[in-house]
Amino acid sequence: MYFLAAPEGGESTHNPIIPVWQEIVVGGIAFIVLAFVLMKFVFPRMEQTFQARVDAIEGGIKRAEAAQAEANQLLEQYRAQLAEARTDAAKIRDDARADAEGIRQDILAKAREESDRIIAAGKEQLAAERATIVRELRTEVGTIAVDLASRIVGESLADEARRKGTVDRFLSGLESAGAR
Amino acid sequence: MFGQANVLAQGQAEFPPGVGDFYLPSILPWGAENSFWFTKITAMVWIAVGVLIIYFLASYRKPQLVPTKKQWLAESIYGFVRNNIAVDMIGHQGVRFAPYFTTLFCFVLLTNAFAIIPFFQISPNSHIAFPAFLAVISYVLFIWVGIRHHGFGKFFKNSLVPPAPWFILPILIPIEFASTFLFRPFTLAVRLFANMFAGHMILLVFTLGGFAMLNANAWLAPVSVLSWLMTVALTFLEFLVICLQAYVFTVLTASYVQGALADEH
Repeated sequence: MYFLAAPEGGESTHNPIIPVWQEIVVGGIAFIVLAFVLMKFVFPRMEQTFQARVDAIEGGIKRAEAAQAEANQLLEQYRAQLAEARTDAAKIRDDARADAEGIRQDILAKAREESDRIIAAGKEQLAAERATIVRELRTEVGTIAVDLASRIVGESLADEARRKGTVDRFLSGLESAGAR
Repeated sequence: MFGQANVLAQGQAEFPPGVGDFYLPSILPWGAENSFWFTKITAMVWIAVGVLIIYFLASYRKPQLVPTKKQWLAESIYGFVRNNIAVDMIGHQGVRFAPYFTTLFCFVLLTNAFAIIPFFQISPNSHIAFPAFLAVISYVLFIWVGIRHHGFGKFFKNSLVPPAPWFILPILIPIEFASTFLFRPFTLAVRLFANMFAGHMILLVFTLGGFAMLNANAWLAPVSVLSWLMTVALTFLEFLVICLQAYVFTVLTASYVQGALADEH
């Protein structure tokens, strides 16, 4: 190294391929300081940030997948419920229709019965009234006829009870002749 | 540097430039020859270290998941070395070397860049001490990594004994030994040093040459202008060399580490 430090008339002769040891020391210390700071405080944090970014993206994808799965499951569930509800509704409608039919039949039957009953009652009443009227008429007609006959024939006949039977027989004969 | 400018203005710069132009007078003590502790060169190294530390600490003070512009830029530098050099060359294991490679890459790139940054205009890497130190680190690194990964015996067997017929081995083993353990640190250091040295020398030749011609004869002024235009053009070339050499240094270190980690020869 002696020739590095050999001054030659104010100009030093340097061999550029021989390192200057002071520069090695300075450069070494400087580079080690740089490497220490950057490798301890900067690049590991970058690596952490990269990892955090990867986690964030992958986590996001995972969350989205979970949400998608849940949504699909809910959709399936809703579809099943909807189908069930539709079946139920159809069943209820059928039941209602059947019920309505039954009720209609019942009401019809009842109405028919009622009308039959009313008709029957009417007929009965009619018959009863007719019988009453007939009976009254018979009495009245008999009385009138007897009165008439009494007036014609005379009062002697009026007291005779047997005559009544004659009038009745006569009227029955008339009735049966009228009915025929 | 102002002294140099004055010298140029007074037309006293000697031509052609020589090796002496790379060894500037000391700053502290001022103007002393052969005092290397505090020179423009060492000052630039400290500036490079300071700038890189401040830049990375400032831009990565509060890292966020969604990066800001500054943070993104700092991450891109690391990401470039990590993915395009460390992981590409070494594979998945390369991630753990990425911090060192990035430090190396940034340091070499910035110190190289001083070669063309105004007022610096010389790269510390044109003094072989700095490339040599970095090369020694790379050398120690790949041997250490290899021994840790394979064990002492297997690492040297992998490195020195290629899969070849036994009778060629006596020739191959010395060649392998020389190329792996002797020439590697030397070529690594000299490649970077020589590129920066030659780059600075070429810029000096064309800059000083312009002045030399102008001083010799006023009629040569157009040629001087041409010479200075060449300086501008060569500065662009120098920029390419700066980036390329920083990349090459890092890639070769990664390649040595990869070779040390590889299972087969």
